[in-house]
Amino acid sequence: MAIVKTERHPELPPPASQTGVVGWLRENLFSNWLSTFLTVISIYVVWQAMSTLINYAIIDATFVGTTREDCTGAGACWVFIKARFGQNMYGFYPEAERWRINVGYVLGAIGLFLVLSDYIKNKKWPAIYLFVIYPVVCYFLFYGGFGLEKVETSQWGGLFLTLVLASVSIFVALPLGIVLALGRRSDMPVVRMVCVGFIELIRGVPLITVLFMASVMLPLFLPEGQNFDKLVRALVGMSLFSAAYMAEVVRGGLQAIPKGQMEAAKSLGLGYWQSMGLIILPQALKISIPSIVNTFIGLFKDTTLVLIIGLLDLLSVIKAGTTDKNWLGMATEGYLFVAAVFWVFCFGMSRYSIWLENKLHTGHKR
Amino acid sequence: MSEAAMQKTDNDVAIQLIGMHKWYGEFHVLRDINLSVERGEKIVVCGPSGSGKSTMIRCINRLEEHQQGQIIVDGIELTNDVKKIDEIRREVGMVFQHFNLFPHLTVLENCTLAPIWVRKIPKEEAEATAMKFLERVKIPEQALKYPGQLSGGQQQRVAIARSLCMNPRIMLFDEPTSALDPEMISEVLDTMISLAEEGMTMICVTHEMGFAKTVADRVIFMDAGEIIEQAPPQEFFDNPQSERTKLFLSQILHNG
Repeated sequence: MAIVKTERHPELPPPASQTGVVGWLRENLFSNWLSTFLTVISIYVVWQAMSTLINYAIIDATFVGTTREDCTGAGACWVFIKARFGQNMYGFYPEAERWRINVGYVLGAIGLFLVLSDYIKNKKWPAIYLFVIYPVVCYFLFYGGFGLEKVETSQWGGLFLTLVLASVSIFVALPLGIVLALGRRSDMPVVRMVCVGFIELIRGVPLITVLFMASVMLPLFLPEGQNFDKLVRALVGMSLFSAAYMAEVVRGGLQAIPKGQMEAAKSLGLGYWQSMGLIILPQALKISIPSIVNTFIGLFKDTTLVLIIGLLDLLSVIKAGTTDKNWLGMATEGYLFVAAVFWVFCFGMSRYSIWLENKLHTGHKR
Repeated sequence: MSEAAMQKTDNDVAIQLIGMHKWYGEFHVLRDINLSVERGEKIVVCGPSGSGKSTMIRCINRLEEHQQGQIIVDGIELTNDVKKIDEIRREVGMVFQHFNLFPHLTVLENCTLAPIWVRKIPKEEAEATAMKFLERVKIPEQALKYPGQLSGGQQQRVAIARSLCMNPRIMLFDEPTSALDPEMISEVLDTMISLAEEGMTMICVTHEMGFAKTVADRVIFMDAGEIIEQAPPQEFFDNPQSERTKLFLSQILHNG
């Protein structure tokens, strides 16, 4: 006595209570008394916090004016930021030469767009432009040469210096980190020991001490008259520091790739570097994107520590502004502004990484 | 002896293992393996798990290193010489239990990667060859998909096509159907059978005794790191000599 089903059950839409706005609200926000309670409380807290902030920073704030007398005192006084805007952005870079920085920004933005966006499929030339040509152009553009007036790095500052520190460190840390990670997994004991030693040494000390060593101690060991630029020393310190972190992030990614991938690559006759470059690293870097960007964001914010070795990055310039006797008492506005600028950059990186993850997703996740 | 062996190898011996031993640390996994595979010969290796079957064929393309004895593949002796290892790997294709396709590349890119980078074949030509082999394994329509979008059987056929794109003279199969759902086993076996019919030299580690009966020229039974018995399939299945072989056969044929 077999039971056989001969007709196929028709395909039906899901029940109405699970679709539409009302369905979604009921399902997600008001499904039971606890959820309803939490929803209401959360909305209240967010509303309170946001309305205070918006009142202070936008509605009651002063935007127009040139001196302290223009501040109404009801909310934030953005006149403070505006009056010193040039310095906040460029430090003591000569006003007549600031167009050079702007040109650098535009060239960089073009390069970033070409490399990071999806519109251009073949990234070879954009990558060569951004990673080889652009840094050289920037060096001459910012520092001087080829008929451009020389601007000492001690005059660099503000957001410009922050961006220089962050982008150079990121630019150096990622490739160096990859090399260190590969070295740490190498079969050659000496290579492995050098890499492990470097990583563990750098990771074991605070960034402040690395910067301090680079800035104060290093000159003591150099021969008389031999001296590096203070900015270069900070850059080296930050790059090495973040490279050590990056190495561990990349190593985590490398370890997550199944052994079979390397075996398949080898069995096809690919050599070590080909297997690494074509098979292992693309996959390892892809799964490490969240952690890599996390390190980038941390690094970006750590650039503010150069304050202790006397470089005038965005935070230092703002801080100097708050001690200006014409603008005493403007610390809240200053720090809020710094926070906003940093947040915009970090949030941008975070969103880009999410977009990139989705783009690279090839459906093999389980 | 060595020179005579080399002479013979060049003509009609594809693979020769002479007194080969391997250890994992203290553990003696392969003991005195002697095996000679002629050109065009199809060999099926079977035996209980942990008997060293996979390790043995993985020694042939140096995914595992042997510590004693000789392995001569296509007239080239395997040593620490990286150039020779690469040369052998180019001529020996391998198919794995877990496919090991490259998940970040499309099916077509999986197939063209090695020809382009190792054999330096122009991209268009490599793609044409790849499509030819994808047609042979009957999945040309999947060429632009990623491995993660295919079924296990399809993935394994892609893996076979990927190996074939390098035009290997020898193919090694390491339990190619063990990770597949039952209804997908036959599509992979059919591909392997058609490959065998074309005269490819093959060594297959497999538990598919039906495949062994139809295709193999010789069946090899391994246990505890040693080759216990080798015989043509008819003889092997109908009249096994060693007690261990009899036990093994009674166990697997009982279930199958």
